[in-house]
Amino acid sequence: MSFWKRFATNRGAVIGLIILLAVVTIAILAPVIYPGGPWKMVQRPFLVPFTNEALPLGTDTLGRNVAAGLVHGARVSLLVGLVSTVMALLIGVPLGALAGFYGGYVDEGAMRFTEFFQTIPNFALAIVLVAILQPTLGSITLAIAIVSWPPVARLVRAEVMSLKRREFVEAAHLAGLSNIRILVSEVLPNAVSPIIVMASLMVATAILLESSLSFLGLGDPNIMSWGYMIGAARTVIRSAWWLSFFPGLAILLTVLALNLIGEGLNDAFNPHLKKGRT
Amino acid sequence: MSLLTTILGRLIKAAITLLTIAVLNFFLIHAAPGDPAAVLAGEAGAADPLFIAQLRERFGLDQPLCVQLWSYVKNVLTLDLGYSFRQGMPVYDLIASRLPATLLLTLSSFIISLSLGIAFGVAAAARVGKASDSLLTTLALLFYATPLYWAALMAVLVFSVQLGWLPGFGYETVGSGYTGLARAWDILQHLILPAMTLGLFFMAVYMRMTRASMLEVSQMDFVKTARAKGLSGPVIRRRHILRNALLPVVTLAGLQAGQLIGGAVLTETVFAWPGIGRLMFESLEARDYNTILGVFLVSAAMVIVFNILTDIVYRIVDPRIGAKT
Repeated sequence: MSFWKRFATNRGAVIGLIILLAVVTIAILAPVIYPGGPWKMVQRPFLVPFTNEALPLGTDTLGRNVAAGLVHGARVSLLVGLVSTVMALLIGVPLGALAGFYGGYVDEGAMRFTEFFQTIPNFALAIVLVAILQPTLGSITLAIAIVSWPPVARLVRAEVMSLKRREFVEAAHLAGLSNIRILVSEVLPNAVSPIIVMASLMVATAILLESSLSFLGLGDPNIMSWGYMIGAARTVIRSAWWLSFFPGLAILLTVLALNLIGEGLNDAFNPHLKKGRT
Repeated sequence: MSLLTTILGRLIKAAITLLTIAVLNFFLIHAAPGDPAAVLAGEAGAADPLFIAQLRERFGLDQPLCVQLWSYVKNVLTLDLGYSFRQGMPVYDLIASRLPATLLLTLSSFIISLSLGIAFGVAAAARVGKASDSLLTTLALLFYATPLYWAALMAVLVFSVQLGWLPGFGYETVGSGYTGLARAWDILQHLILPAMTLGLFFMAVYMRMTRASMLEVSQMDFVKTARAKGLSGPVIRRRHILRNALLPVVTLAGLQAGQLIGGAVLTETVFAWPGIGRLMFESLEARDYNTILGVFLVSAAMVIVFNILTDIVYRIVDPRIGAKT
């Protein structure tokens, strides 16, 4: 069975993919759908949803269009989720690969370093980093990357450790290839599939982290995000439920979609595991 | 290796970790934009110049960086976390006064999520493939993707605003004058919503883990033996499968202490729960860096203590662990 067919047998994963594609499309088309941007005051504040056709999701405390906020907020969630995951991979993959491949002191040192970051409560560290560096898109992305690389390093280390004893690696040694060359062109390509699965789940976690930071007021003040919308509506929850309800639903759906895709990828990469599970 | 040497080893490691965090904190203060003295004063620019000068002298901010580092670490080691000028009291006292509420919240949330998560996981595994299993698995999937603070807000909306069953705000009824049991009952009512919403995510994690682990263990040879001996289904599940299936769940539970504390910042913010998480949120708004870093250090210390405790529990539950290392 082809990879795509195996992925498609998982119904949840296909649903996840459809949701994610929809969110990506909306994010890309945001300036076309609501060219006025999310900050423009368009109506009286606290307009109840489903009462005005032009403003289906109502308006917020300042009379801004909630639907426009949602559409534009999708951009920052996806962007931060994606970029911070790539950054976390750039830290975690080399560190884990070197630790697993060379062993000994390199491994010891790298793992102590990783353990340290795993002990620190990661959300608290992210808060501290963003608060100190001042909330900007860059500092938020960096902070999320810094707290999310340790699991990558551990995964890659374990993969490399098991792969380096395989025969094809020994053959490469005998062929006289250098260590780095073996690591990069022989070992790592075989560890790609678990890394991809982990990365899709990390994007989901990063989106949750970004929204949580924005909720606490640690979002980039110039960019509309889902977490910020909920945070700003927190104090008026008793009178205006829709202001926090819709952005939360958007986060839930996006994160759910990514988790489902991650599971689907895992099943598709490991067809033999599927039989064991019922 | 005996339990005692293990604990000793863990304590040394914990001390090193905390020391490293203190050093990290020091550099973070210097990484913050602006004068470190102003950062310490928590008033970025608005503080009295005389006061800043005093601070600079007290922390030796005109001295070389390594001397400053040494005096900072020395202060932290003697539990002097600095002074919060916003709140008008030493950071240590501030945290100490807020800590009990956070411990109450996180521990009850931990117990709720672990016990319910395991119970639902066992139930789902026992009915694998049936409708009730799919329902539980789908719910876990949803909870797993729900932003914690949003779940908290929705819980307030439904159970407090709409239904009026539970209070959605604060630690106890202000000005009620309750004492003894009546006060405990009042606090318990305030505790239910925050503890449940904080535990929701972890409940989903434990449920998925327990279910997967139960299914895996149930295919092992010793279970077949037990079945061949003619033991009944429930007995096998309880005595043979569950006991072995719980080990990875306990490991995971220990690792998630840090996330529980991070989640407490969000939950306490929504419910105005007077713990260190809420303190962190208030300090964020006030740009009170000293307090933020203090809370950060204390939360890391809490995680370390919790990890050592679960490690000990783990070794008692499974003697094989100690024998291996």
